[in-house]
Amino acid sequence: MPHFLFNLFALLTVICAVGAVLSKNTVNAAMCFMLSLVGVAGLFVLLEAYLLAFVLLLVYAGAVAALFLFIVMLLDMQGGERKPFKAATIVASGVAAALLAVGVLTFYHQPSLATAAAAEVPGASLKDYAFQLFSTYLLPVQIIGFLLLISMLGVIVLSKKFEDAEIAP
Amino acid sequence: MITPTLNAYLVLSGLLFSIGFFGVLIRKNTLVIFMGLELMLVASTLALVAFSRYNGTMDGNVFVFFILTVAAAEVAVGLAIIVALFRKRQTIQVDQLDGLKN
Repeated sequence: MPHFLFNLFALLTVICAVGAVLSKNTVNAAMCFMLSLVGVAGLFVLLEAYLLAFVLLLVYAGAVAALFLFIVMLLDMQGGERKPFKAATIVASGVAAALLAVGVLTFYHQPSLATAAAAEVPGASLKDYAFQLFSTYLLPVQIIGFLLLISMLGVIVLSKKFEDAEIAP
Repeated sequence: MITPTLNAYLVLSGLLFSIGFFGVLIRKNTLVIFMGLELMLVASTLALVAFSRYNGTMDGNVFVFFILTVAAAEVAVGLAIIVALFRKRQTIQVDQLDGLKN
């Protein structure tokens, strides 16, 4: 059953990621991006990181994808048409993809880097996260808070219209 | 509950990262390039969670917390920059944004 779910979510993630990258319409790309994130959240659930799956759905599939859609509709641009590939590009990317596939396949048939011996360790609870965040990782938490504050100020300054500084191009 | 092997997760993560990188390389629309960047971030996140799960530690999971936070801040600032750019230049196609070239 976990194998079936893994295949399902992996397929959803990969197909939607390809759709997000190749889709001509930017709205479709944003929707595919959102679905791909839902697939990744499902994989997180399979990895027993329930809190992270929830946060990923809230922050990424909720806020970030909605922000993308908002900007797409705000700017109302026509989809970026891409130029046809040159022959050298096709050959080079084919060779690179083949080399990468060989490397990944040899790696894939190695015995696993970590055995399933750790599988009886229970999934992390909310208490474990809180304990880690406020003991070992206290300084990074404060730095991250500062980063969020700075980025909020930056966004406000960036999206403000300065009347006197507005120079016609 | 026994899950698929770590290698399967790592291969999937690498594949997702490659797709995102491909998108960054071939697309001319800044928004889609940004989506490719986000896909790459999510792929690295998936690898971290898989390592964390199969080694029985929590450090990867906590690190993913920080990655998600930084990614949210990055998206907000990046989209604000894109909007400001569009306001100034009326385009966000990267091949027309060559103001530094000559």
